[in-house]
Amino acid sequence: MERVILHSDLNACYASIECMLNPELRGKPVAVAGNIEDRHGIILAKSQEAKEHGVKTGEAIWEARQKCHDLITVAPHYDEYIKYSNLVRDIYRRYTDLIEPFGLDEAWLDVTGSQRLFGTGEEIANDIRETVKYELGLTVSIGVSFNKVFAKLGSDLKKPDAVTVITRNDFKEKLWHLPANEMIGIGRATYKKLESFGIHTIGELAVCRKEWAAAQFGKCGTELWMFANGLDFSRVMPDGYRTPIKSIGHGITCSADLVDANEVWRVFLSLSQDVNRRLSHYNLKASGVQITVKDCNLFSRQFQKKLAIPTQSATELARAAIELFISNYRWNYDVRAVTVRAIDLIDEDTPAQLDFFSDMRKHEKTQKIDDTVLELRRRFGENAIFNACLMQEEKIPHGNPTESVMPMRMFR
Amino acid sequence: MRKVYVDVTLRQDKYGTIVPLSVTWEDGTRYEIDRVIDVRRAAATKVGGTGVRFTVRIMGRETYLFDDGERWFVEAKL
Repeated sequence: MERVILHSDLNACYASIECMLNPELRGKPVAVAGNIEDRHGIILAKSQEAKEHGVKTGEAIWEARQKCHDLITVAPHYDEYIKYSNLVRDIYRRYTDLIEPFGLDEAWLDVTGSQRLFGTGEEIANDIRETVKYELGLTVSIGVSFNKVFAKLGSDLKKPDAVTVITRNDFKEKLWHLPANEMIGIGRATYKKLESFGIHTIGELAVCRKEWAAAQFGKCGTELWMFANGLDFSRVMPDGYRTPIKSIGHGITCSADLVDANEVWRVFLSLSQDVNRRLSHYNLKASGVQITVKDCNLFSRQFQKKLAIPTQSATELARAAIELFISNYRWNYDVRAVTVRAIDLIDEDTPAQLDFFSDMRKHEKTQKIDDTVLELRRRFGENAIFNACLMQEEKIPHGNPTESVMPMRMFR
Repeated sequence: MRKVYVDVTLRQDKYGTIVPLSVTWEDGTRYEIDRVIDVRRAAATKVGGTGVRFTVRIMGRETYLFDDGERWFVEAKL
């Protein structure tokens, strides 16, 4: 039986939620932007009107203001976005249990088995579109197709508040003329390489030889070639499915540049505590640490190393991070942003190989202290206990949302 | 139109159903709700926000009363 897949995309998610909550913003160029004082002053999302002025996501506020003088910027309200994202998912759940979210604002729905109850894919898509508009005052654009890749392409064709159907008979004329980088799986680097072979559109990729694609891009090449030809068989994961976690990290842009290793150490320590909390939440241990350092010229580098003993402890993670930093970073410029990431994750109760040179007792002690700190914070709040060196730390912006985990690749 | 948060008296029955009984306006005046005509999830298109929308009759007039999950609000004329 032919599958019916929907890809639903909340149009300009953050910006339209802001406009929905505050009707005075409607019909005006609005952008959701980070705080300038915390040096997070970039555009996170923009309304249709702002888009028409050429405002782009990711550019600095002043750049956007040059294109659009009367641009209204509002601060982000993540709790509202999460709330509405969940409410939209509640609406999807009325039609199917096969819902695979892709970020806050996108989701795939497999409605193959729902058609007898609710009508064809197109009818369901229109129902969802109408319901979301009526109940939540938000608009979605939905692509209906026989696989996930084409459904996603379809949802981008007409927006906002529209449904696009792509069938086996018309995908060539509807999709093949699109630039190849519109397709999921083709990023900047792959597109550049494709272009160097004179391949610009999805259709041009589809008609090249499969073996050639494999020779150029390896396994991904075959995959992309199949996607372009409508041969994507990946399934929509059931509601609530969690992709296995590969790493847990936390990073911030500091409110002022860090000028010495001591300052970097304090930021690492503060970040590691969050990583520690999440590691323990997922019952995982890190056997490696990775840091990303961005200097004040926005140039960033990444370093990583293995840990002698796998750990959850904030102190040990921070210590490994600062060791990495000191041995690798040359102070040509001051540091603007850092990230600490726990990598090579293993289950908490995986047996660890001991060795003669590491002090196991010390490791256990540190772990115990960090566990206690974590527990105290959980029970009595973030400020119940913290490292003395973090008192009156001014360069760490407060109320920073945790790094959002972007969804993993959908394939397979 | 203006969004006005209001005090509401509710009755919740043993099955969990909630029925609003009266609304107290900003100036303290209390209005009895004669009848609940309709209940559904809807966006408050005129003042912004969403919630469970109660279509109620107060003194012969139909009006909307929204429960946004935390508070109750109405769409005020002025």
